[in-house]
Amino acid sequence: MSIVGLVTVLLIVFLAVFAPLVAPHPKHASAFVDFANASSPPCRTYPFGTDVVGRDILSRIFFGFRFSLVMGVVVLALVVPPGVTLGLVAGYNQGTWLDTVIMRITDIFLAVPPLVLALAICSVLTPNLFNAMIAVSLMWWPWYTRLVYGLASTLRNEFFVNSAEAIGASKAHIIFREILPNCISPIFTKMSLDVGWVILIGSSLSFVGLGVQPPRPGLGTMVADGARYLPDQWWISVFPALAIVVIVLGFNLLGDGLRDMFAAEEV
Amino acid sequence: MRFEMGTSPLRQAQDIALLEIKDLHVHFDVYGGTLKVLDGVNFTVHSGQKVGLVGETGCGKTTTMKSILRILPMPPARIPRGEIYFKAQDVLKMGDGELRQVRSEGISMIFQDPTAALNPVFTIGQQLGAVVKYSMEGKKLSKKEIRERAIIPLKEVALPDPERMLDSYPIQLSGGMRQRVCIAMALVASRELLIADEPGTSLDVTIEDQILRLLHRLVEEKNVSVILITHTLGVVRETTDRVYVMYAGNMVEVADTEELFAQPLHPYTRGLMDAVPRLTGGGIADGIPGRIPDYLNPPPGCRFYPRCPQAMDICRQEKPSFYGKRSGVSDNHEVACFLYQDGGKGA
Repeated sequence: MSIVGLVTVLLIVFLAVFAPLVAPHPKHASAFVDFANASSPPCRTYPFGTDVVGRDILSRIFFGFRFSLVMGVVVLALVVPPGVTLGLVAGYNQGTWLDTVIMRITDIFLAVPPLVLALAICSVLTPNLFNAMIAVSLMWWPWYTRLVYGLASTLRNEFFVNSAEAIGASKAHIIFREILPNCISPIFTKMSLDVGWVILIGSSLSFVGLGVQPPRPGLGTMVADGARYLPDQWWISVFPALAIVVIVLGFNLLGDGLRDMFAAEEV
Repeated sequence: MRFEMGTSPLRQAQDIALLEIKDLHVHFDVYGGTLKVLDGVNFTVHSGQKVGLVGETGCGKTTTMKSILRILPMPPARIPRGEIYFKAQDVLKMGDGELRQVRSEGISMIFQDPTAALNPVFTIGQQLGAVVKYSMEGKKLSKKEIRERAIIPLKEVALPDPERMLDSYPIQLSGGMRQRVCIAMALVASRELLIADEPGTSLDVTIEDQILRLLHRLVEEKNVSVILITHTLGVVRETTDRVYVMYAGNMVEVADTEELFAQPLHPYTRGLMDAVPRLTGGGIADGIPGRIPDYLNPPPGCRFYPRCPQAMDICRQEKPSFYGKRSGVSDNHEVACFLYQDGGKGA
C-alpha cells in the first residue's frame, strides 16, 4: 500500500510541477471565460467537465495541486524546525522552569481546536494563501513539540547522553548531535502524515474563502464554487473534492509506509 | 596515609586529595515525597590510587559517581548538602566552563552497559571523533587528524582492525568490543581520574576478565587514578589499593584492600563476603536477609539495623559516624558502626 502512496505522491508532484505542459487547457487556470462551453458535463474535450464560466476542471485541478503542495511544504518547513527545537530543549531540561514555560504554552495552543484557531487568525488578516499558511503554521508547531518532548525526555537519561555530558560536550552538541538524530524517524513519519492533513486544513480554509483567492484554482475554492450547483452540475464540486481525497490519501499511505519501514529497522 | 607518587607536576601537592567528597547528600523529588538516597557520603581518592567501591544494587554507587561529574538529572535530583572537591575545587560550585574542563580533561567515566553508552545512530569513528574534539579545547583539528588520533586508543584497547572499526556502527560490534570502544573513549585524553562503573557486569565472565585486565594494564601504563565500582569482590581484591563499602547511601567501611579482606569489621561487609558463592561447593551462601530500605522513609539511626544480626538499641536512634579501628591495628581502617565505638578514636 505504501508503494501506492509513493506513486500517487510522485504523480501529483509531477502534475503540479509540469502543470502548464500537461494540462489540456493551461489558460483556464486563471481568469478565463468561455460561456459557449459553460457547465459542460464531462466529455472528450473536457474530461472532468467545465465550471459555470466554461473553464476546464481537470486543468484547474492540476494547477490546484500546486497551491496544495506549496501549502503543505511551506507550512511544514515553517513548523518543524521551531517545533522540534522547542521540544528538544524542553525535553532535555525536563523538570526545570524552561520545560514548564515551553510545555504550558504548547498546551495552550493544543487546547484550542486547530481549525477554529486558523479561522480566527485568517479572518483577522487579509484572506490569501500566504496568510492561510501563517495561520496553519501557528496551530501546527505544538504537535511537533509534544512529539519530540516525549522522545527527548526519555533519551536524556540514556547512557550515551550521560556519556557525552561526561566528556564535556556542550548542550548544543548533546541536543542536536546526540538526541536529535535519535528522533529523526518519528519526525519524518509525522511530517509525511501531516502533509495530507495540512493540505486538508488548507482546503477547508479555501472552502470558506480564507485561503486561495479566485480566480486562482485552489482545490477548496473550486469545491466551494461548485457547491451552489449541486446536485445537477455535480462535476464542478466532486472532481476537485476527489482530488483532495487522492492527495491526502496518497500522503497518508506514504506516511504509514515510512512508519512501518522505520519500525522494522528498530527490530 | 599511603601515597603513590605521580609524575605530573599537578600531583605535587600531596596533601590535597585528587578527589574528596564531603558529607554529600543527594535527594530525588518524586511523586509522593523525597527519596533520600545519599545520606552523608565521605569519599577520598588520592593521586595514583585505585579505589574500589562495593555494595549491592541500588545503594547509591552510581548516583555518587554521577554527582561527581554533575550528570545527575536535576531535577528530580537535588544536592541539598555536601561538597565535592576535585583538585581542591568544588565541582558543585563550578560554572559551566570550569565544569566542562573537568569533564573533558580531568575525569572520565565508563558506564556499565556499553550498548547503551554508545549512540546507536553514529559510527564509532564519529563518536570517538567527538571525544577527541572535546578533549582538544580550543585547538582545531582537521578531519584527517581527528581520525588519526581516534585510531590510537582503539589500538591501545587491542581491537582488531581499528580502521574498519571506525566506520562500524555500535550494533555491528559484540558486547566485549563495545566495552573496549567505551574504554578507548575514556582514554582518549590522558585524564587524571577514571571512573569505571561496573565495566564488566553486562558481559560474560571470560570477556569481563579480559576487559578488567585491559583496564588494569592501561591505568598502570598511564598512571591514572581509578574508582572501580563492581559487585565482584574478587575483582576488587585483585585490582584496587583501597576499598569503600557502601550501604543504602552511606559509606559503612573503608580500609586498604588487604586489610579489609583480612579483617572485615562492619556486619554488612561480613555479610557481603559471606554471600560470595564458592567454587569449592558448600551450597548457596546465606547472603544478607532483607533488602535495601525504602529511601522514601529510611530507618532512623543506622540504615542497616533492620537487617543487622548484631543490632543494638542505639542503632535505632543514632546514626553512627566513622570510628577508627580498635586499638592495635592501622589507622587506615574506618568503620561506621556502634560496635566499634569504644575502641575507636572518635569521628
